[in-house]
Amino acid sequence: MNNGNLLEVKDLRTYFNTEDGEVKAVDGISFALKRGETLGIVGESGSGKSVTNLSIIRLIPTPPGRIVSGQVLFDGTDILALKEDEVRRIRGRRIAMIFQDPMTSLNPFMKISRQLMEITQLHLGHTKREAYDHAIKMLETVGIPDARSRVDGYPHEFSGGMRQRVMIAMALSCEPELLIADEPTTALDVTIQAQILELIKTLKRATGASVILITHDLGVVAGMTDHLIVMYAGKVFEQAPTTELFALPGNPYTKGLLRSVPDPTSEQDRLYQIRGLPPDVAHLPAGCPFAPRCDRAEEICQREFPPFVQLTAEHFSLCHFANEVYEESCEEAGSRQAVSSTAHQGRP
Amino acid sequence: MNDDKPTIPGDLDKREPGLTPDLAPTYREGDLIHTAPEFAIADADVLASERGDVIPGTSLWRDAWRRLLKNKLAVFGMIVVSIVAIASIFGPMIIKKTTGFAPDSIPSDAKLIKSYPPFKTPDGSFSWLHPMGTDNQGRDMLARVLQGGQISLMVGIIATLVSLLIGVTYGAVAGYLGGRIDNLMMRVVDILYSLPYIILVIVLLAMFRRNTPMGQLLLLFVALGSVSWLTMARIVRGQVLSLKNQEFVLAARATGVSTPRIIFRHIVPNTLGPVIVYATLTIPTVMLTEAFLSFLGFGVQAPLASWGTLATNGIQNIGIFPWQMVFPGVTMALTLFSLNFLGDGLRDALDPQMRKL
Repeated sequence: MNNGNLLEVKDLRTYFNTEDGEVKAVDGISFALKRGETLGIVGESGSGKSVTNLSIIRLIPTPPGRIVSGQVLFDGTDILALKEDEVRRIRGRRIAMIFQDPMTSLNPFMKISRQLMEITQLHLGHTKREAYDHAIKMLETVGIPDARSRVDGYPHEFSGGMRQRVMIAMALSCEPELLIADEPTTALDVTIQAQILELIKTLKRATGASVILITHDLGVVAGMTDHLIVMYAGKVFEQAPTTELFALPGNPYTKGLLRSVPDPTSEQDRLYQIRGLPPDVAHLPAGCPFAPRCDRAEEICQREFPPFVQLTAEHFSLCHFANEVYEESCEEAGSRQAVSSTAHQGRP
Repeated sequence: MNDDKPTIPGDLDKREPGLTPDLAPTYREGDLIHTAPEFAIADADVLASERGDVIPGTSLWRDAWRRLLKNKLAVFGMIVVSIVAIASIFGPMIIKKTTGFAPDSIPSDAKLIKSYPPFKTPDGSFSWLHPMGTDNQGRDMLARVLQGGQISLMVGIIATLVSLLIGVTYGAVAGYLGGRIDNLMMRVVDILYSLPYIILVIVLLAMFRRNTPMGQLLLLFVALGSVSWLTMARIVRGQVLSLKNQEFVLAARATGVSTPRIIFRHIVPNTLGPVIVYATLTIPTVMLTEAFLSFLGFGVQAPLASWGTLATNGIQNIGIFPWQMVFPGVTMALTLFSLNFLGDGLRDALDPQMRKL
């Protein structure tokens, strides 16, 4: 059915009415996600990552938000055209979400057990007993030790990493087909981050769910995702398979992002950073939104909106000079290979 | 380095020094900046530090209780309120059992139908029979004060519950739905606020006057409750406004929970702290209003009596029989004081700013 795509987002536009005028938080996003695949969405704060995913399950606060146009085809049905209670039946059952801050995403006044039971009672028609047993089973699945006694605790009795595990347990209790993880590790410290990512990966493999992973940490998406979308100012700037995007970026913005990742092995004393700040989405310039910050911006970039250039079969980039940037990347990759192969030869 | 897999950081020598030196973050050696996948622990093991966090519950309520116990005035208030409440509930029964005086039993001996001072028998000698004396009809004052306490506390508590029910529902719905509905609902509150509520209650009580004392009492509950929910609605709305943008509400919505369920199962329990405080402070206000209404003759009807009606009756003879006025008045004042102390103590104990300590 529909060429193996679980989710197809077509030309999604979500605008917010603010005092500052209309903010085009998401402006014409399209992507597809196959069953069992993981898609990463990367971008700076305010680039529209979260709004995209809230739009997918229609959780945009309206007003001020408004999904202006577009389609979200989930397993062939357009979610944006469904009635509210039909969407509610999909939420949590077929599409589940994990949020950024585990400290605030659990209700502090409800026992963990009740929060976990609520979903399965709601969607799977479990009785109290069944739901309770299921809750314990889910906590064991996500690696909470002594789940049977912890299940009746309150959220404040759990640490940050544990709470994120609970959130994952909650999200996965109905075995959803799509899991949207909105910066699931941002609020956690690094050792826990790695565990949580690994847990998501393991459970994804076990249940066969598709995953959308939103993050601003390129390190997170590198090992986790099949495809990547780089967002900037509500637009897709680059879209490619993960390995290709890291190796051969075809957009100056992506290149800038990749260069801003600190390398612990390097001895450089200053980290590269993209100059300037993300633009005010309410007042975007006429041309390329990245032009004011771009190193290779030319006159045309200020004037005209860039085209969405197809570089290879699955690689797209929004830039006037996409092809040039891509070729440069290819050359750099070639020389890097040469450098490192000589380095290998140099070793005894 | 393995070149088949691209690495995240770019080429070392290709990097330029930061373009804006002042803003460039400096990382010290050993700082962990991000986790590369190769650092990931293969199995989702749980760190020992993560496992050992079973701290025996210092829950919000236990914390608040501890802080409340440190507040001497609040403890005093709690004790007095408990004593008054227990005495009011069981007192009249015990008096009836031991001395045979029901609150409304007028002695059959015509000689006794007059007001005697406390601890005095008709012949002027000391007696434990009437510790608070008797009233004009010779009824035992203690029994009447305690029975009045029953009615006064009942009015206070039930009217507060009515206001709680209306106020919390109204405020939570307005706050959660927001926008135009919220605007409309809160303007209604503003309009009701601007009406002088005593007059409103008097009009209500006069319009729907009931003939039975119990009917009148019921009407009093409704009338008082329906004017005292306004502030409660505002408080709850304010709380809900700040709560509804919290992530746990979004998380609940994302799991497909329906709106009424989110409001009443997820959000309202979180507003409980301020609601309890305000409710405790509403009880004395309502009791005072009831006394005032009884004073004006709109309140509790005979043979039922509240502290307000007792005081009203007493004040007519205050020059000759001061005990008829003093005992219900002092009991009421003491109870109101104590309830206010308790409410203040609760507010301090549940205050979110204090909670951090």
